[in-house]
Amino acid sequence: MINILIALVVLLVIAALVQITRVSELLAEIKNKDVNQVTDDDNKTQGVLFLFIGFGFLVFVVWQMIEWNHLLLPGAASVHGEKIDVLMKFTMTLILVVFFIVTPMLFYFAYKYRGKQSNTAYFLSHNNKLEVIWTVIPTIVLTGVIIFGLKTWDETMNVDTSDANVIEVYSEQFKWTARSSGADNKLGTSNFKLVTAKNALGIDMQDQNSLDDQLLREVHLVVDKPVLLKFRSRDVIHSAFLPHFRVQMNCVPGLLTQFAFTPTKTTKQMKKEEGEDFEYTLLCNKICGAAHYNMQMSFIVETQEEYDAWIASKQTLSQKLLTQK
Amino acid sequence: MSDHHKETFITKYIFSQDHKMIAKQFLITGMMMAVLGMIMSAVFRVQLANPGESSMLYNLLPGSWVNELGALNPDKYLALVTMHGTILVFWVLTAGLSGTFANFLIPLQIGARDMASGFLNMLSYWFFFIATIVLVSSIYVQGGPASGGWTIYPPLSALPQAIPGSGTGMTLWLVSITLFVVGSLLGGLNYIVTILNLRTKGMSMKRLPLTVWALLVTAILGVLSFPVLLSCGLLLIFDRSFGTSFYLSDIIVGGEMLHNMGGSPVLFEHLFWFLGHPEVYIILLPALGIISEVIAVNSRKPIFGYKAMVVSILVIGFLSFIVWGHHMFMTGMNPFLGSVFTFTTLLIAIPSAVKVFNYLATLWRANIRFTPAMLFAIAGVSAFITGGLTGLILGDSALDINVHDTYFVVGHFHIVMGLSAIYGMLAGVYHWFPKMYGKMMNKNLGYLHFWGTFICAYGVFFPMHFLGLAGLPRRYYTNSAFPMFDGLTDINSIITFFALSGAIVQVIFLFNFFYSIFKGTKASQNPWKSNTLEWTTPIERIHGNWPGDLPTVHRWAYDYSKPGAQEDYILQTEPLKEGEEEH
Repeated sequence: MINILIALVVLLVIAALVQITRVSELLAEIKNKDVNQVTDDDNKTQGVLFLFIGFGFLVFVVWQMIEWNHLLLPGAASVHGEKIDVLMKFTMTLILVVFFIVTPMLFYFAYKYRGKQSNTAYFLSHNNKLEVIWTVIPTIVLTGVIIFGLKTWDETMNVDTSDANVIEVYSEQFKWTARSSGADNKLGTSNFKLVTAKNALGIDMQDQNSLDDQLLREVHLVVDKPVLLKFRSRDVIHSAFLPHFRVQMNCVPGLLTQFAFTPTKTTKQMKKEEGEDFEYTLLCNKICGAAHYNMQMSFIVETQEEYDAWIASKQTLSQKLLTQK
Repeated sequence: MSDHHKETFITKYIFSQDHKMIAKQFLITGMMMAVLGMIMSAVFRVQLANPGESSMLYNLLPGSWVNELGALNPDKYLALVTMHGTILVFWVLTAGLSGTFANFLIPLQIGARDMASGFLNMLSYWFFFIATIVLVSSIYVQGGPASGGWTIYPPLSALPQAIPGSGTGMTLWLVSITLFVVGSLLGGLNYIVTILNLRTKGMSMKRLPLTVWALLVTAILGVLSFPVLLSCGLLLIFDRSFGTSFYLSDIIVGGEMLHNMGGSPVLFEHLFWFLGHPEVYIILLPALGIISEVIAVNSRKPIFGYKAMVVSILVIGFLSFIVWGHHMFMTGMNPFLGSVFTFTTLLIAIPSAVKVFNYLATLWRANIRFTPAMLFAIAGVSAFITGGLTGLILGDSALDINVHDTYFVVGHFHIVMGLSAIYGMLAGVYHWFPKMYGKMMNKNLGYLHFWGTFICAYGVFFPMHFLGLAGLPRRYYTNSAFPMFDGLTDINSIITFFALSGAIVQVIFLFNFFYSIFKGTKASQNPWKSNTLEWTTPIERIHGNWPGDLPTVHRWAYDYSKPGAQEDYILQTEPLKEGEEEH
């Protein structure tokens, strides 16, 4: 029923449009005017509209920046993330300055130079000096942006991982599993051909390094200590996204990827700053199937003592094998 | 011209070899696909604002897409997103935009009777048409249409076990895109040959209108990059159907261990984006060409810095081939490569900035006539500025880490390439409608359409940046599974409100378009007082464009308001007066 009503409304609107259009065109014909010729009045109306609606858009932008500021991600909780945030602030400021200069200019010009039949435009085909200026200035600014960007990228990607905790993050439709490398800080090798119901990650138990590895449902990190995350995928491409740490890396079947970083704030600290329900979360950020929108795992950052106590409570793979037998 | 043979209904309207008719076929097909793509976006916007609830809009969908409670199935949400992207990127903004305006404008603006090969041109449309039929039919097959995102990354797109849409739907997608590429190559080659060889006497490259320059570079980009997509797709077809392992390795899916070893999905990504990035400029350049022309005509001023504009187009075209890696910063690609791609990507900002400043300089001290086309052209520049600037964040590999694949990206590319290109396309339709159909489109409806679109479009896409900066990934069926996104409901509702309103506003355009074809007021020969050659052809469409000899060109296309001239425009066919400098 409601569908029919809506169809009727749409039909009526269209019919009204037809009538309005026809009437306006017929009226113009009587007055011997071409209704579709742009008049000085039109230019004035449209010019003024550009001024008002154009500036309305700028007001809308400012409103969003104020109103939604609290929804944005909090400051980075990792060493490299803080550097990224500095670069982000720099770039964002630059963008906003350019945006708030150039956009008003565009709308103002549209208003200011609205046409009149009696006016003539100023014939100006080029001006080499001006063009050199606005090629050189963006070039200089961009050189700065590029250098700053590459420096930050280099610092982000080249972290000293010699004393980092090694943790594997394994992705599959639609869940994450993690594996701690245990006391030896070395992950045992794995092979997808070894995957069974009991060995979901395909870990090679012949490898001595595997024996002290621990499977985890959530990942604990030690504050101020570097961690090296290694990623694998069982089926399709997933992407491990930890927005609070400014960390993202794809998990690709058949390929090993990794990301190293140092968390700087414990979960407790963040709860104090951001509210009690704060949680570091790992999301999937590469389309991976129907339940892509609900593929998550908790990360917890804590002190070394808390971490030691927690990890001691986790079974190693060799212990697990014993209990299974 | 010996072409005054009798035209039957079929040779005139269906298997026409006249470039003007083929252009209209591309336009109408593109518009129908645009409506389809827009309806799809309306449907998934409703889901995003009211996750998991039923809606009467879902009645438009095949029954199996909706569960027994009336809610949209999550994998069909992905199907809608995928098809929306495919349709808009390829069908509307590639074929609909280039196909229409390259076909229509190239022969008319360079003074040619028709394309170099009318027959290949006709084939180009019909390959596109069959591709369209195949793509649309894929919506109705079992499992639904392709659902792995328009970028169809394997293994997701290769494995029906991973998502239902990767079954027959994906096969049809690949068949369809193969046909599409063939069609666009036939068209592209034709455009290049025509522009290089069939320019009329006096039409040197230095006198080409910027539309033609843009279309030329677009065609070259297409011819160089689409074959790579074709091979990329063919290898995927092999992986899917013949057991090869180009892209697949070490996979267990649905409890089954696949035999594939040694392939790499990253290879696919490289091949895909080697097309995918030039594709962005295949979409954008024709729109910028149209915008340049429309702004010059309606400013009654020459386009500022014609040479710089041409050089910018060429530089953008060149750079577009060496930046594809910026889509892949997070794939595990070597970080050093990331640095290289950051460098090349950010360079594109320079020619883009030059273009923007030249547009501003064109508007400075102009005598602007606000036709609906002009409104859309100015909005196109605005979108190019707004969306282009956020590219500085996404192109910077370090910053990309946290906004990659979030709504920030969705906001960015919908503004810079979606809106700029759509605005350019609409500007083109309003501007050349009198030439296409011999009628005028209604001006006041045009104004209404413009302001409705302008307001709604920024209302839809600007807030998306904030979703992205809050960390929200794209392609999520709902964000309610994560407590950290609880605050974003309002933004989603606002976006959906503007999206639905914006969709309804387009009805005004559709009505205006079809009404004007049949009942619009008659157009004069040169309604916008424009300089270019197409306005010297008779109002009645004839095969061969000019009844007598081809026109001879004596000047560039931008002699508007030239001091010493009687009128504020001088046709390109007007000889230079004694002592007059060319410009």
